Amino acid sequence: MTTTIERPPAAPAAAGPARPRRPKRDRTSKTENLAGLAMLTPAVLLLALFIFVPAILAFGLAFTNARLISPYPAVFVGLDNFVRLFADAAFFRALINVGYFAVVVVPLQAGLALVMAILVNKKVRGTTFFRTVYFLPVVTSMVVVSLLWLFMYRQDGLINVIIDRVTMGLVTGPDWLNDTTTSMPAIILMSVWQGVGFHMIIWLSGLQTIPADLYEAADLDGVSPWQRFRYITWPGLSATRSLILVTITIQALSLFTQISVMTQGGPLNSTTTVVYEAVESGFAQQETGYASAISLVFFVIVLLISVVQRFLSREKA
Amino acid sequence: MRHAKKRLIVASLLATSLVAALAGCAPSTAGGSDGQNGELTIWTHNGGNTEELAAVQAIVDGYNSSQDETTVKLQAFPQASYNDSVIAAAASGKLPCIVDIDGPNVPNWAWAKYLTPLDLSVDLDENLPSTLGIWNGETYSVGYYDVALAMFARKSVLEANGIRQATIDQPWTQAEFDDALAKLKADGTWANPLDIGTGDVGEWYPYAFSPLLQSFGGDLIERDEYQSAEGVLNGPEALEWAEWMQSLATDGYIATKSGADSALDFQNNVTAIQYGGSWAAAQNSAALGDDLAVMPSVDLGEGTKIGGGSWQWGVTTGCANPEAAMDYLSYSLSPENIAAVAVATATIPATDAAAALVPGFEEGGDLAIFREFSANSAVLRPETPAYPFIATEFTKATQDIINGGDPQGTLDAAVKAIDANITSNGGYTQK
Repeated sequence: MTTTIERPPAAPAAAGPARPRRPKRDRTSKTENLAGLAMLTPAVLLLALFIFVPAILAFGLAFTNARLISPYPAVFVGLDNFVRLFADAAFFRALINVGYFAVVVVPLQAGLALVMAILVNKKVRGTTFFRTVYFLPVVTSMVVVSLLWLFMYRQDGLINVIIDRVTMGLVTGPDWLNDTTTSMPAIILMSVWQGVGFHMIIWLSGLQTIPADLYEAADLDGVSPWQRFRYITWPGLSATRSLILVTITIQALSLFTQISVMTQGGPLNSTTTVVYEAVESGFAQQETGYASAISLVFFVIVLLISVVQRFLSREKA
Repeated sequence: MRHAKKRLIVASLLATSLVAALAGCAPSTAGGSDGQNGELTIWTHNGGNTEELAAVQAIVDGYNSSQDETTVKLQAFPQASYNDSVIAAAASGKLPCIVDIDGPNVPNWAWAKYLTPLDLSVDLDENLPSTLGIWNGETYSVGYYDVALAMFARKSVLEANGIRQATIDQPWTQAEFDDALAKLKADGTWANPLDIGTGDVGEWYPYAFSPLLQSFGGDLIERDEYQSAEGVLNGPEALEWAEWMQSLATDGYIATKSGADSALDFQNNVTAIQYGGSWAAAQNSAALGDDLAVMPSVDLGEGTKIGGGSWQWGVTTGCANPEAAMDYLSYSLSPENIAAVAVATATIPATDAAAALVPGFEEGGDLAIFREFSANSAVLRPETPAYPFIATEFTKATQDIINGGDPQGTLDAAVKAIDANITSNGGYTQK
């Protein structure tokens, strides 16, 4: 289906090289190459300086006892940090928490975003208003959102007051963030609310690439709304789908800001995450080497998951 | 068109080489430079704390006009990012001449060679011991003030519930305290009668709760060699402490996460007893007047203990003119200066001479009791470079215990982490 859509714009480009004036074109392509390189260099340089170099450094530091503050140089300690890491109960708790978070958030946020995208894609009055409303939490800083929800989640906060009023005092809400059973669900709910608008916009851009004549043809054939979604919208979104899947997964695995602001990993490690553990040991506990080991393990896990996802959502030949 | 492109290429190359040159240059300009040309910089954590900052600025202004060899400049940072700023400055060799330091961090910074031993013209024996930062036999820092811990309650409430008002000579015993809490809980006025500030995560946990542990007979680490917490933080006394802390929560005497402002909750009668810092005394007194009872902390077996050590001043190794820095610090420690800061911050002045100048702290004044608390029962947090690590582990363990974690298991895990950290740092000894 997608190939038939993409073919028309590709055709003129393929016809281009058949034209004469070969020598002129070669010179242009050379200067174009140079210009391209020149424009590429700043980005590559910055990426190297702030992403690749620190990443490579972290790989090296993971095998040393490097510290944030120390009068002595770091010493190579082999797999010491990893031995400690795999004996650390909090780290495994962090892995489980992050897994739980990702497994719930990925389908929930992606699904909700798709439903919202389909709704605001309808040609009715006021969709711009709703798009703006749904997108507002995204442009609000996560720290601000976390602080606001922190107050709403309190024992005497807004959410519990609403529960109390709606049920006429029959149900008393829990102390959301201070209870091991409700803390993670509370964080999940807030995170989905904050992030869903962003993925709605991506779905929306995907929806608008689906040609309207396909829908017109479907209307003439008299298909049901479900068939229209199943056989036109869903296949038309295949590229968008894998993009959304990968971005939400990586975003969910690197959960940090909400935890740092709202619960600091507590109560009883019920909301601690891998990135939070890394930042805590790297800065509060000053153990740069150990924090690098956590980052290295995290990097490998994210890489594996992304590769598996790419493999599963690849375009079948 | 082609010229435009050429120009673009040249400009891009120029820009990238500039970035590369800058990046390459940054680390090479290391080396202590502050203190040269008669200028000297002080860093403080007081950004946002208007009263204290103004008091320190007044000392700086006084020093600058008292002589014309050195000009001192004060730079304030917000407290939350202050330590990070100093660490970053040290890493790039740009430490200012004088920094302020939270007392328990002094050994860590001295060990890391951020600080140089003090050589002042004033006699530091006059200072409260908890206002000096000492490590390896050297004094690295000195403070203008200390703070103390106390129990605040309403006299009327204590009387109505038949609870004795504790005194310095006769603090509450554990049995008496538990009995008092049971009575207050039974009264039904307060959901959680006691507020120990469980919501205040950060340095408050080790500052306020390790003295309770010490009063049971436990400690954060053995204090002879500072090499292990085994048997000290997870021994029978520590277990007793942990079970008692947990019982405060399970019996509903404390909230597992207290409100944002403990003093305000106490003033509004949301809680009956506040276990808080001396800095809350002035506000509590203003709100309650004569009804306020200021009592020593509870004696849990080994006598009343409270934390000691607040913010202090030290001279860094990055200072090109340490003599000028020492001269400024000596000037700043005059009784008048200490008194001015103590008044501005509602804290305990470091010396008797200064205390005589602060209303309330003079002999028999209504705040003098805090000076007695501090002199009688202050225990410094362990003076070891491992302290910042111990503090995070202790905070985590205490939170887990209050939230219902297994006391022995939680303490054992903390001990294991602390010992591993000390070992991996070669015992934090000075080579």
